[in-house]
Amino acid sequence: MIAKDYDIVIVGSGAGGGTLAQELSRLCRNGVRVLVLEQGPKLADSEYTGCELEMAGALYEDSGGFLTADGTMTLALGRAYGGSTVVYTGTSLVAPERVIGAWSVPGLAYEDVARRSQKYIRENHVHFLEPHEINDNNRLFVEGCAKAGYHAEQFPLNVRGCRGSSLCNLGCPNAAKQGTHRVQLPMAERSGVEVVTRAEVRRIEERALLVRVTDKAPGGKGFPSEWAPGEYRVRAKVVVVAGSAVGSPALLLRSGFGARLPKLGRGFTCHPAHILVAEHGRPITNDVGHPKSFYVDRAADEGFVLETCMYFPFTTAKNLTGFGAAHSVLMRAFPRLQMILVLACDKAVPENRVTVDADGNPVVHYTFTPPTVRAMVRATRASAKIFFAAGAVRVHAPSADPPLIERKDAGRVDELIHERHFLLGRISVSAAHLMGGCAMGKSEADSVTDAWGRVHGAPWLRVADASLFPDSLEINPYLTIMALADRVAEKLREEAPALLGAA
Amino acid sequence: MPDRVLPPVRTPFRALAQTFVPEASSLDERAWAEVEAIVEDALATRPPKLRRQLATLIKLLDVLPLLRYGRRFTGLGTKHRAQFLAGVQRAPLLLLRRGVWGLRTLVFMGYYTRPDVRSAIGYRAAARGWEARR
Repeated sequence: MIAKDYDIVIVGSGAGGGTLAQELSRLCRNGVRVLVLEQGPKLADSEYTGCELEMAGALYEDSGGFLTADGTMTLALGRAYGGSTVVYTGTSLVAPERVIGAWSVPGLAYEDVARRSQKYIRENHVHFLEPHEINDNNRLFVEGCAKAGYHAEQFPLNVRGCRGSSLCNLGCPNAAKQGTHRVQLPMAERSGVEVVTRAEVRRIEERALLVRVTDKAPGGKGFPSEWAPGEYRVRAKVVVVAGSAVGSPALLLRSGFGARLPKLGRGFTCHPAHILVAEHGRPITNDVGHPKSFYVDRAADEGFVLETCMYFPFTTAKNLTGFGAAHSVLMRAFPRLQMILVLACDKAVPENRVTVDADGNPVVHYTFTPPTVRAMVRATRASAKIFFAAGAVRVHAPSADPPLIERKDAGRVDELIHERHFLLGRISVSAAHLMGGCAMGKSEADSVTDAWGRVHGAPWLRVADASLFPDSLEINPYLTIMALADRVAEKLREEAPALLGAA
Repeated sequence: MPDRVLPPVRTPFRALAQTFVPEASSLDERAWAEVEAIVEDALATRPPKLRRQLATLIKLLDVLPLLRYGRRFTGLGTKHRAQFLAGVQRAPLLLLRRGVWGLRTLVFMGYYTRPDVRSAIGYRAAARGWEARR
C-alpha cells in the first residue's frame, strides 16, 4: 500500500467538493496541502460527444441505471471531475425560506444560505436566457400554463455561451455549463489544490483514508488518473466527505460510523420524478435549445414542481409506460413531442435510507409514501392539463391505464390519471435530486452533523454535500449545496490553526 | 470478460424484443448483432447474480404462456405475445413486473441508441445546437 500525506482531503468534486476545494485553496498559500479525491474520470472537452450510451457510461454511476433496493426507481448520480454538476442542466434557484425554516437546524439561517447562494450566482454567471434562445418545447409549456391557470417562472441558468445543443444531461459538448469542472475546480487547482480522479475512497479511518486508484479502461473516455493505479493510504488532519447523498452516508457507514451515529443514512429524499410526454400535430423545436428553461412551483400548496425537459431517445423510451405499437408510435413522433418533468417533494422518513451491502456498496431503500404518490398523481394531472391547453393531440401519463390519453378525453384527466394506476414496476420513476443521509441537526440523537457540517464527536471529519439536508429541498439543489459547502469551508478556515497544527 | 448472457436464450429474447419494439421484426442479422452487443455490454458490468436472473427471467417468460395458451412465448402470435406481456406488467408480484421492466429497458437501450434509429425517429440533437438548424 502506498502512503501519502495531506492536511485536508476532500472526497468528491461536485457542487459540494468543488466549492470546498476552491474555498480552501487560499490555505495553500500558507503551505496547507489540500487534496480532492474523485471517483470518476476527467474528460477532455473533445470527448463530450452527446452520444447517449457512451456519455451515460462515462459520466454516471452504473451508466445512469443505479436502482433502489427494490428496483422501482432509477437514481442518477454523476461520477466525474465535477460530479453531478457535469450532467445537470444548470438551473440555479435559491432555497425557499420556508424550507430552510422548516429544517430547524440550530445555527442555520435562511439569510445566510441566500447570501452565499448569491455569491455563486455571480461566480457561475447565472442569468435568464433571451427570448430568442427559448425553444417551442419551453414556449408551449409557458402558453399551456397560462391557459390552464398555472404560473410558469423562468429558470436562471449558469451557462456561458450556450449554443442550445439540448445535451446538458450528457455533459455540455460546448463547455458552456458553469459546473465546478469549469469554474471552481480549475481555480482551486491553479491555487495549489491537487485533484486525483479515478480514486475511490473505500474507507475512512481515524485521520486517514484507504483509497483505490483504478486504471483507465482500454478505449474508455477520460484522462488516466493523476496517480498510478493501486491501493493507497492517505493520511489527513481533516477529511471532508462530499460524495453525494448516496456516496457520503455509504462511505461513513462502511467506515464504521453507524455504530455511534444512529441517524447516519436515514432521511433520504430524492424528488421522485416522471418524464411526461405529449404529442403535437406539428413538429416543434424540442431537441435544440436549452431543455429546461421554465418551471411551475406548486411545492408549498400541492407538493410538486413541474419543469420543462427534453430527453434522448433511449431515456425517453425507457420512461414511457408500456411497449409495443402504441409505444413505437409515440417514439416515432419524436419531432412533435413536448416533455414535462414532474417532481414530487417527498418528505424525509426514517425507512427511506442508505445502507451498505456486505461488500460496502451503497444500497438505497426507498418506499413511496402515500403523500408522495398523491403528489406525483396531482402533478401528472396538472401536466396533462398544461399539455392539452398548449394544443397537444395526445398525452402519455404513466398513472393512467392505458397511459395514452387522447385530446377528446382531455376533460377526463382527473378521472383517467389515478393513484390506482401508480403501479411500481410497471411505471418508470427516476430521481436526480438526491438528498439527506448525513443530516444537520443538534446532536447524535437527531442528526449526523451540526450546522457547519461537523460530524458529531469527530471534529476532524466534515460533510459538505446534499447529504446534509435534513429534508427535501423542494427545488433543484445545487446552489444550496454550494452555499452549505461555503459554510463548511468558512468554519474550516477559522478552525485551521487548531485542526492543522503547525501547517 | 464474463460469459455472454444472450446466446443460450437468443430465440426467446428476440421474440420478446420484437414485442417490445415491433420494428425489431425487420432487423437483419447485422442489426440484431448490434442490439445484442449493446445489451451484452450493459450486462457485462453487472453482478453475476443479476446476469443469471435475467437469463432465468427470459426462460420463464418463454414457458409461462404454456399455462394460459398451451404454447411457449416463441410459439405465440403477435397479439397473444403482447397480451401476455401486458398481463405480466400488471402482475401482483413486484418481482415479475420489475423483471419485465428491466428487460424492456435493455431492449430499448439496444434498439434506440443505434444511430440509424435515432435519425429514423427524427431525433436531431447536435452539439452545434441552433446553428445546425438555421
